[in-house]
Amino acid sequence: MNALPSNERSASVLDVEVDHLTKRFGDFCAVDTLTFSVKHGEVFGLLGPNGAGKSTLIRMLTTLVPPTSGHARVNGFDVVEAPNEVRKAIGVIPQAMTSDLDLTAEENMSIFAKLYGLPRNQRRETIRTLLEAVDLGQWADKPVKNFSGGMRRRLEIARGLVHEPKIFFLDEPTTGLDPVSRVSVWEMLDNLRKERDLTVILTTHYMEEADKLCDRIAIVDHGKLVALDSPLKLKASIPGRNVLEVSFTNAPADWGRRLAALPEVADVKAEDSVFRLSSNNGPRTTVALMDAAREAGVAVASLSVQSTTLDDVFVHYTGRQLRDSLQTANPAESRFMIQRT
Amino acid sequence: MHRMLAIVERDLRRFRRSPTLVVVSIFMPIVQLVVLGYAFGGKVKNLELGVVDQDHHVPALELQGMFNAVAANAKTFKTTPYADQASAMQDLRTGRINGVLSIPPDFSRDLLAGNDPKIALIQDNTDQFSSSALSGSLAQLLGDYNRDPVAPRTAGKATLSVVEVYPYVPYIQFLLPGTIVLAIFVSAMIGGGIILIDDKARGLHEGYLVTPINKFELILGFNLAGVIKATIAGVVLVTLGSVIAGIPDPLNVFRILRMLVLVVLTALTLISMMFLLMVRVADPLVPRAIFGVLNTVLFFPSGAVYPTNAFPAWMKAITVADPFTYAVHGFKALVLKDTGLVAIGSDIAFLTAFSVLAMGAATLLFKRTL
Repeated sequence: MNALPSNERSASVLDVEVDHLTKRFGDFCAVDTLTFSVKHGEVFGLLGPNGAGKSTLIRMLTTLVPPTSGHARVNGFDVVEAPNEVRKAIGVIPQAMTSDLDLTAEENMSIFAKLYGLPRNQRRETIRTLLEAVDLGQWADKPVKNFSGGMRRRLEIARGLVHEPKIFFLDEPTTGLDPVSRVSVWEMLDNLRKERDLTVILTTHYMEEADKLCDRIAIVDHGKLVALDSPLKLKASIPGRNVLEVSFTNAPADWGRRLAALPEVADVKAEDSVFRLSSNNGPRTTVALMDAAREAGVAVASLSVQSTTLDDVFVHYTGRQLRDSLQTANPAESRFMIQRT
Repeated sequence: MHRMLAIVERDLRRFRRSPTLVVVSIFMPIVQLVVLGYAFGGKVKNLELGVVDQDHHVPALELQGMFNAVAANAKTFKTTPYADQASAMQDLRTGRINGVLSIPPDFSRDLLAGNDPKIALIQDNTDQFSSSALSGSLAQLLGDYNRDPVAPRTAGKATLSVVEVYPYVPYIQFLLPGTIVLAIFVSAMIGGGIILIDDKARGLHEGYLVTPINKFELILGFNLAGVIKATIAGVVLVTLGSVIAGIPDPLNVFRILRMLVLVVLTALTLISMMFLLMVRVADPLVPRAIFGVLNTVLFFPSGAVYPTNAFPAWMKAITVADPFTYAVHGFKALVLKDTGLVAIGSDIAFLTAFSVLAMGAATLLFKRTL
């Protein structure tokens, strides 16, 4: 696995270039010498647990936090030297829900249209179109405090696009949303991206979201880039194409070793009586496993066969489950953590 | 410019939509004005004075006749006769009466013999307002009692004749200038400091920081909105407060315009101070924790409720640096004495200098990053 695949360098337009970017809060290194770039038109995902440094990275790229060292260029402009040029080119949806609850959807949009210097004669039309695009047309003059979380998120997406940015940053766009709202936000993003000439950079700790939305995914852990590629290639990059999760009622002591010897098995991990087998050919390994169990007189209590998921990729590269690491928020970032209401 | 106005617009739209803020910043100070104004409403009245007459002769009865005149007219106190000292003292201790006046057995005889008899006033000095009113009233009464019916032929005595420059100012009017400043302060506190911190905590601030708005547009927009809100509160207090307190000719346009100048300047001063205090704060609990104390520390040393001359030196130091002092002084001149703006030139100069310094320092401290 190469963090910077060779085809990366041949891309003609790079909307985001990150070069040894580092951010320290005292002794804590939130972002550790990250280097990558994002091509024009790409949907680029930053995947990692809370505290991995995703938000800090986004904040550096959106000029909110100055880097400790290294460089970043967004739309060709350095984030430190020409922050205002960067701001004009980007739309940002911060992690917190940042709509003004006392204002209506349209007023929220209008304030931002003015902050972005949109000419008066374009404002009304642009706001209408965008609110329709995120299915909030009939809610335009309703106060945002009556909106559901999903509606507020969609409003923020519309708000972030009010000045037709080239590059769209979304920091955990669906965190805190129910599954239905989450899917509707995904669809919305997908449509907007097809209709507009947008480069999208989003952070998430949902594997499904990254898998569904992103052209390429960077897995970030402890501020470091541990893997970067398309979801398909990432899945292909780890041993085995299928994962068998199987448990036995009376497995002998050397059972794990015997499972590893089965055909097409690439790797075996055991946890109590549950075994996780990575296999290059799920069906073949399954048949062989059942035969072996019958011969040894071992009873199979449960068995499931799945394709490799990004979860498996994450476990492979970071050595732990994403859900296990969700609680380890870093103290420096929690300074900026916002209570979601 | 239009970016700055966008910030002002959103603040004023929010202000309009939150009646709580309007009520708190405008009507609470009026309630305070009325309650405090009448609670300390002028002179102490209706005190209870126990009288133990152990003499029972004509001079003692004449004296008691004068007490009854006070009870009927000035109503400072009314008297209750007691047969013996012990039961009067008992009632004094239980708080049923505020003082005991004891006329000794030989009062009339000593008086007629020219021996300067003494009568005793025993009073409950845990309540200084009542006890000083009581002793003051009785001392004056005894003075009248002692006055010779015929003018003496000796050289005249010097007496003090008091001339009051302004019409009688009831306490509620004395309190009005402080209340106007307080209303502006509360508005600056909620509409300035607290909103800034809450915007930061709720991430709204972050939303603005990713737009091309520059530092000065953001600061100006934010503070201009605060000044407008505080000015609205101040103007309501200046007019409505004057009507409630009974200031003569309260709705005179020129008077209101003069006061508007001072309202705007006071609003700017207090918003600048708030902005300086809150510019680096991120925790929403901080303003709520300090504002109650800040209110006390600024309001009371300003001379708004009590003359500053009586303060100890350390408190006078606060008085000198406290912008409330100058705003209250200015409003006292405009509200109670109806002076022109020239008369409060030094107050205006201080408030202007304070605003410039506070806003300048806050601008230097303001970070356009998280």
